[in-house]
Amino acid sequence: MGSVSEFFQHLMNGLTLGGIYALIALGYTMVYGILKFINFAHGDILMVGAYIGLFVFDGLRGDAPLGVWTFTAFLIAMLVSMAGCGVLGMVIERVAYKPLRKATRLAPLLSAIGVSFILSNSAAWMFGTQSRKLAYPFHNDSIVVGGVVITPHQILILAVSFIMMIVLKLFIDNTRMGKAMRATSLDQDTARLMGIDVNQVISLTFAIGSALAAVGGMLIALDFKVYPTMGTMTGLKAFVAAVVGGIGNITGAMVGGILLGILETFGVAIFGIPQGLKDTIAFGILIIILLVKPEGLLGKAEKEKV
Amino acid sequence: MLNFFLLIVIYTGIYALMAIGQNVITGYAGMLSLCQAGFFAIGSYATAILSTTYGWSFWATLPVAALLSALFGVLIGLPTLRLKGDYLAIATLGFAEIVRNVLNNWDSLTRGPMGIQKIPMPSIFGFVINPYKKTGFLVMTIIFVLIAYFLFQRLARSRMGRALEAIREDEIAAESMGINTTKYKVWAFAIGASVAGVAGSLQAVFSLSVTPGTYTFMVSIMVLCMVVLGGMGNFKAVILGAFIIQLISYFPQLVGLSSMIPPQFKQILFGLILVVMMIWRPQGLLGREVRDYSRLTGEKGSVFRKKAKQAVSSTQGGER
Repeated sequence: MGSVSEFFQHLMNGLTLGGIYALIALGYTMVYGILKFINFAHGDILMVGAYIGLFVFDGLRGDAPLGVWTFTAFLIAMLVSMAGCGVLGMVIERVAYKPLRKATRLAPLLSAIGVSFILSNSAAWMFGTQSRKLAYPFHNDSIVVGGVVITPHQILILAVSFIMMIVLKLFIDNTRMGKAMRATSLDQDTARLMGIDVNQVISLTFAIGSALAAVGGMLIALDFKVYPTMGTMTGLKAFVAAVVGGIGNITGAMVGGILLGILETFGVAIFGIPQGLKDTIAFGILIIILLVKPEGLLGKAEKEKV
Repeated sequence: MLNFFLLIVIYTGIYALMAIGQNVITGYAGMLSLCQAGFFAIGSYATAILSTTYGWSFWATLPVAALLSALFGVLIGLPTLRLKGDYLAIATLGFAEIVRNVLNNWDSLTRGPMGIQKIPMPSIFGFVINPYKKTGFLVMTIIFVLIAYFLFQRLARSRMGRALEAIREDEIAAESMGINTTKYKVWAFAIGASVAGVAGSLQAVFSLSVTPGTYTFMVSIMVLCMVVLGGMGNFKAVILGAFIIQLISYFPQLVGLSSMIPPQFKQILFGLILVVMMIWRPQGLLGREVRDYSRLTGEKGSVFRKKAKQAVSSTQGGER
């Protein structure tokens, strides 16, 4: 294998990982854009999404052989998981964050950490701490294209994550509700004066962000395992992706996610960072970006007014 | 039973030290740090490695543990604290995970997941403080907490304490009054980290062994709960919080129901405490300590005091 095809191999792996990070980063960045706070529970919503997807998929599939039905079952499981997490996100916002909108800056953060801890430990209590595997919904025979090994599930991950991102981008740029979301993130009070139902917009933001996290959780489950604390590290990395792209910026989250996925894969494969320290790469990138360009690649530097 | 109660009090003391540090960072300066567990681990491993491999005495390892923790505090603090926003929370969350990751993987120094055993017991004037006999260790822990309490109480009333409170209330206003906000924030963070390092040293000589599994995110959450439950900005309150949280955490064993109550319940309870306290009682059980400056300003009348109290109580519910 030549070094060129090797490069493309790692690029492909990085893109797949990055697509998932981007999906999850969108949830952080959308909430941050509107409420200016980090939703620490986002990573745990991803975990819940993975569990819902796993159970629904296993239930629907039964003993059916891999084929059209298993693939359909996977897509149904994904929709159920998206709906479930969307509702969960809205409920969390109503119960734990909404009463704190006028409180100190610290209050919603602490509340979010509490929610995150409740979710991950409830999952550990209900489903046990052992890790489970989401079965592949189709034959996973790899295809070789010009020396690059591509597996069907990689194609699925790429297709799903990019479709989701494009739909979201179209929704935010072109629909009335999307416009309301942009207006709310620019200035909540003025948006309210213009007749926008800010509460509804915030609920919707949480629903969309959480549904995307559910997809991210299921896609990650194809590659890795499902366990109660799976959301912590993934959530952290997705947040780094959001910061790299410029927090609050939707396109930035997508770019940041993909960039982080590629850098992480290259860091291990090309720059020889030991596998055990793979998780530190994202953290190093966070520190560097905060030092060099704290507003992120696509973010605008904001001057705060008194 | 008594023995078990002593154990809870000793752990209260060790965690109270961490909570006092967290209180400086979160209660006074208003910054959310999530890595007391990381500094706790650094302190423990400093003591463990220096006293087993290099034969140092416990007392000599203490300042090293404190300084090393503070140094790491400055290293994460400098890039993240210059910025507005909550990057510190994420950076510290990542840092604590990385500390555990490194402890798990750096076999030559930390012996990986096996940890370090046979840490020598500390002794003072020929008297060995044996953790198995509890009472001696209890006295030592209480002395540590008292020293920390008085030092930090002084610190809170100093120029630095006032600067931190100003930063918490309004960073821009504080900056325009000539307060070097970054400097004070990094200092607060370093001091909070160093006292957690000292707590780590105590933990090392209490359990006489250290393993990476002790220093999980759960520790940081427990410390955060202690501060939130007791009352942010009140050192007495966080010590009370430490006691309540330790009591909750050992409650199943204390009443002999540990086989019936799954271990996750207390963790779910800690999460609930954070959410519920934020919504219904953000000032904590005891509330923020009201500082009386009437002696300083020379005003004897209670009017000033009353006004100050009114102002504080009116902002406590919904200060921004």
